[in-house]
Amino acid sequence: MASVGSHENYYVPEQTKLPFFASIGLVFMVYGLGAALNDMKAAESATASTWISLFGFTLLSFIIFQWFSTVIRENHAGMNSDQLKRSYVWGMAWFIFSEVMFFAAFFGALYYVRNFAVPWLGGEGDKGISGDMLWPQFAAVWPVIENPNDALFTNPHEALNVHEWSIAFFAKFLPFWNTLILITSSVTVHFAHTALKAENRKGLIQWLAVTVALGVIFLFLQAFEYIEAYGHYGLTLDSGIYGSTFFLLTGFHGFHVTLGTFILAVMLVRAIKGHFKPDDHFGFEAASWYWHFVDVVWVGLFIFVYLI
Amino acid sequence: MSAAHDDHHHGPAKGISRWLFTTNHKDIGSLYLWFSFAMFLLGGTFAMVIRAELFQPGLQLVDPNFFNQMTTMHGLIMVFGAVMPAFVGLANWMIPMMIGAPDMALPRMNNWSFWILPFAFAMLSSTLLMESGAPNFGWTFYAPLSTTYAPSSVTFFIFAVHIMGASSIMGAINIIATVLNMRAPGMTLMKMPLFVWTWLITAYLLIAVMPVLAGAVTMMLFDIHFGTSFFNAAGGGDPVLFQHVFWFFGHPEVYIMILPAFGVVSAIIPTFARKRLFGYDSMVYATASIAFLSFIVWAHHMFTVGMPIAGELFFMYATMLIAVPTGVKVFNWVATMFRGSMTFETPMLFAIAFVVLFTMGGFTGLMLAITPADFQYHDTYFVVAHFHYVLVPGAVFSIMAAAYYWLPKWTGYMYDERLGKLHFWLSFIGVNVLFFPQHFLGLAGMPRRIPDYALQFADFNWISSIGGFLFGASQLILLFVVIKCIKGGKKATAQVWEGAQGLEWTVASPAPYHTFATPPDPKLIHDQ
Repeated sequence: MASVGSHENYYVPEQTKLPFFASIGLVFMVYGLGAALNDMKAAESATASTWISLFGFTLLSFIIFQWFSTVIRENHAGMNSDQLKRSYVWGMAWFIFSEVMFFAAFFGALYYVRNFAVPWLGGEGDKGISGDMLWPQFAAVWPVIENPNDALFTNPHEALNVHEWSIAFFAKFLPFWNTLILITSSVTVHFAHTALKAENRKGLIQWLAVTVALGVIFLFLQAFEYIEAYGHYGLTLDSGIYGSTFFLLTGFHGFHVTLGTFILAVMLVRAIKGHFKPDDHFGFEAASWYWHFVDVVWVGLFIFVYLI
Repeated sequence: MSAAHDDHHHGPAKGISRWLFTTNHKDIGSLYLWFSFAMFLLGGTFAMVIRAELFQPGLQLVDPNFFNQMTTMHGLIMVFGAVMPAFVGLANWMIPMMIGAPDMALPRMNNWSFWILPFAFAMLSSTLLMESGAPNFGWTFYAPLSTTYAPSSVTFFIFAVHIMGASSIMGAINIIATVLNMRAPGMTLMKMPLFVWTWLITAYLLIAVMPVLAGAVTMMLFDIHFGTSFFNAAGGGDPVLFQHVFWFFGHPEVYIMILPAFGVVSAIIPTFARKRLFGYDSMVYATASIAFLSFIVWAHHMFTVGMPIAGELFFMYATMLIAVPTGVKVFNWVATMFRGSMTFETPMLFAIAFVVLFTMGGFTGLMLAITPADFQYHDTYFVVAHFHYVLVPGAVFSIMAAAYYWLPKWTGYMYDERLGKLHFWLSFIGVNVLFFPQHFLGLAGMPRRIPDYALQFADFNWISSIGGFLFGASQLILLFVVIKCIKGGKKATAQVWEGAQGLEWTVASPAPYHTFATPPDPKLIHDQ
């Protein structure tokens, strides 16, 4: 395994069919999705478009499965030098940075509407004049319950944020429990990592299983909250800027948790199969980085969407 | 050693599969460059339609909606399809050779970064054939034009932008991993060629802002299809929010298109001045400063939108600060040429034209940065002239300079110098006739993105159009020169240019399919 002399071979795969067919899958998926959205907007049948999209999604998923299998197989065959493994580490680190910036766009939008757009619509400062002329009745409060034009954007009945700072309130406040669940899961995935490094496979499997379970519980609670939001609070995607920011921030976070839980579940299967070694388990480590990242995003969400 | 089979290297595969399934950085670099050139011609064709319509006042060739589709598609295709992929192609070809690496760090992902692009642009271009027509809201796609009032093809535009963003992010991750992890022993950071440095910083910018663009188009998608109100004040949102998110991406984006150009010019000028680059360290720091500043100047695109006065002032001063590191760079290029023994081969001609004309574009940028003055210039042809000066004789000239400079290394043959010079002079004259009069048009008040105009603008417009046709036609010479150079010609030596420095000139011409499978001799790595 160790390098002979000063130089290790960097494994450059000769040719690969994976990316080209992944591109085909990707383009079918998004083209079909775009066509389906347009069909629905034009009140036409979206059946054909949906099938195109599903075909693309299936092809893409299949290729990605093959792709990861290939990479794992190569690593098990000892083809990956230490230097190549570092490329994967850099790749994952910068991928997570790109995800951070994706969420930054939505947090930035939330910051802008809360601190500028909504106060101006309410008539505050020099920029308030147009808001005053268009919708004089609109009062700038966050969360926005009364929309400037509630004929276009139905008002929600009630907001979902913290409006009472008491133990009794938090005890019944679902996002608070979700925060606890995610923070706990960050700790359990760390325990799994520690067990892995100590060559304790049983510990690894147990802690990882606990983490996956916590992820699934979080998603169930999140789904429950959405049902409550739509049914009980009247808070929907089209109920104005509060619903828009709420659902896109929590929704994209939920999507990432779904992905993270799936990745961790794959890692659990791989752990059971005995794929990981104490000194060679970047697949697991990357998954745990990703998981810590979605946890940190949630903490930001909890603070800026629910608390303040 | 477990990996015995990669001790012997294969050449390229035969037939079309070489290009579809390749993991070789040189093949992928060529794919990017050819794709970019195809998009350059397509976007150029749209520009010809624009200039033809504007040749005379009145509506003669196309209807206004189609004109808007042309300006939109021209901008999108040139930015995302021509300039960016060209630089990624150059990075693919040159970075591994410049740092003594066997290939890019993640070769399979490299193939994917490329191959999703043609599909994305096929989808984007197909909107021209759709019933609703192509996107018609300008390449900056401001809401509500791009949401409430958009043609239904906007959905495909949104997904095309998503794919382009994914391509850029994957490409950038690959470049960062390559530069940080694959340098040959002895290639310390401060010994890297400036092209590698500028690309490292560009890649960082790409990873930082392409996701923000994805966020912007995602908000659009939800506003259009799912009833959200990010950009609709009736629901408590704000169309101006779109502009903030867009330009937070958009301003770093313009540096994404110019920093690698700085790297190219910093490689070419020392070669043909036969002197080392003046002020290498300051070039690195200036590049990093420009990248940093690019994140805090975005709202200078929005001076007239109605920002609080503190915002106007902050963005004005921050923007002007950019002139400092940019000035350092221009100074260094001129100082490199100063008392050098210069020759004027085609790459050098393009590089010198770059320094002069990019600087002009920089100065008009400084004029636009002055908030009160910008109230006059905003959305006029002065802005069009400004950014075309930095992008065409700026970014595009640097790409052409790079193509001529490295063509002998890529093909193994010298290009036709006489035709190269002809291409340069026609392009140089064409581009100035095309864009210089647009400054006057803008100062006189002609708005951008209009198919018809008042009679007072007629003269400068026909001059501009003549320049446009000349510039457009001249680019076919480049195509001819490149094909001729691939077919044959005078054999190129490994060194190619007398004054060239760097690892890429230590390998044979054409560069073997695999280079630096074992790292180069550290003695070959010189201080910059």
